[in-house]
Amino acid sequence: MTLEEKKQQIIEDFSLYDEWLDKYEYLIELGKALEAFPEEKKTEERLIKGCQSRVWLDHELRDGKLYFSADSDAIITKGIISLLISVYSGRTPQEIAADDFGFVAEIGLKENLSPTRANGLVSMIDTIKKVAENGR
Amino acid sequence: MAMSLTEIRSQFPALSRTVYGKPLVYLDNAATAQRPQAVASLWQRLSLEENANIHRAVHHLAALATDAYEQARDAVKEFLNASSREEIVFTSGATAAINLVAFSFGEAFVHEGDEIIVTTADHHSNIVPWQLLCERKKAVLKVLDIRENGVLAVESLEKLISQRTRIVAISHISNVLGLVNPVQEMVRISHKMGVPVLVDGAQGVVHEPVDVQALDCDFYAFSGHKLYAATGTGVLYGKKKWLDAMPPYMGGGEMIATVRFSGTTYAPLPEKFEAGTQNFNAMPTLVPAMELVKAMRADAEVQKEQEAILDYVYEKLTGDDRVVLYGTERAAKIPLFSFGVKGAHHEDLALILDKMGIALRSGQMCAEPLMDRLGVTGLLRASFAPYNTLQEAEYFIKSLDKAINMLV
Repeated sequence: MTLEEKKQQIIEDFSLYDEWLDKYEYLIELGKALEAFPEEKKTEERLIKGCQSRVWLDHELRDGKLYFSADSDAIITKGIISLLISVYSGRTPQEIAADDFGFVAEIGLKENLSPTRANGLVSMIDTIKKVAENGR
Repeated sequence: MAMSLTEIRSQFPALSRTVYGKPLVYLDNAATAQRPQAVASLWQRLSLEENANIHRAVHHLAALATDAYEQARDAVKEFLNASSREEIVFTSGATAAINLVAFSFGEAFVHEGDEIIVTTADHHSNIVPWQLLCERKKAVLKVLDIRENGVLAVESLEKLISQRTRIVAISHISNVLGLVNPVQEMVRISHKMGVPVLVDGAQGVVHEPVDVQALDCDFYAFSGHKLYAATGTGVLYGKKKWLDAMPPYMGGGEMIATVRFSGTTYAPLPEKFEAGTQNFNAMPTLVPAMELVKAMRADAEVQKEQEAILDYVYEKLTGDDRVVLYGTERAAKIPLFSFGVKGAHHEDLALILDKMGIALRSGQMCAEPLMDRLGVTGLLRASFAPYNTLQEAEYFIKSLDKAINMLV
């Protein structure tokens, strides 16, 4: 699936739910389904600054593509990072760096988070962008 | 005058609004209370029709504004049962009041090697000003701990006080634990050792009738906005003997008697501590706010409902294996509940409950030392006001159960 197709799919998935509670439920499921993140990787360097709950993000470059893994102690935050990973993992750094992350606004995620969490979301996006820019 | 709960609620427009299409259940009263119509109307009238700077000019509007401001001082004096109006200093809030004391009392009475006592259960506003003082004066901050049930370890206070202790700063009610501290006893112990006591009454004044002469505390600080008055209003009560002996906190405006480059003399109390243009459009809103507080305290229906909420929520939270409630001493408990849920992050719960229409607080609640002491990274807090209903408490408990089931 291309980056555009994947984003479109998520926008459609989100539009299935009218109520934000159901959208949270969906994010919680995504969070629970996220691949286990090894305890030893939960280091200070992998911690994303600016989130109230703790979020760790790791990445590796394989065959010219970036692969992300992550964890959080809060499940909705974990669902959000899981959502971002599902979109951007396995893409080239160039592709990620050139993306505007506009689909996040389209699903209304930022507007529906508490201000502290919205800042956390921005930090997550910034970190993914920075990783991509450094990997170009 | 007896009012029904419905009548009281109708005075607070915010209580009948909806969020996300659901009725708002406002349980973040410990952060700020909702504003009644009478407060907003007075605030508006003073701003639009009686606005003039106080104390200075001779014109009619200035006289009206000054009267409203000074009548508010008289009303606060009555409300706290202070012995004179000179002992009531207006500030922007409890934080400003405590900073005033930490600075001015500190200037006069704290020297290198002296000691200040605070408690583990204090709000940052009653810790950081004292830390700043200690840094300035090379003084030492000592900390009174809590017992397992959250009550202050009063029995340790006597041992903690030394010859070098200059002041004891405590909270009347912790904003996290929701327990009424034995302030009177702590004042007695401290005074026996010759040490004055500052009481942070930000939560206390909302839930308990305060008589500063009976408590015999030396300072009592509170914020208007938690007591239904306008934001930016606050009170410092200080015993005259201390306020007289303390230097001004800030300079300028009405705090002077004469100003010469050879030396300036200061205004008498309380103006000595009210530098600059005061919040004169807002301060008089303390009057209708305090009247409402008194009416709610005297109202049997409201009191019965508060008791029922306390009984119900306390029983539900302590009876739920998934929930850990902090501040469990039943006899000292007010309807303010901070708790954690096993296996669920406090932020996730707050986020879900928000979408159910319930406003409550999550995080460290400006009490990081207490969070460390309890061994948690944050908690969820539901704080009730006299305008909350048992029905709202039931909806909160039901919604909490639903949210926990979504997460765990």
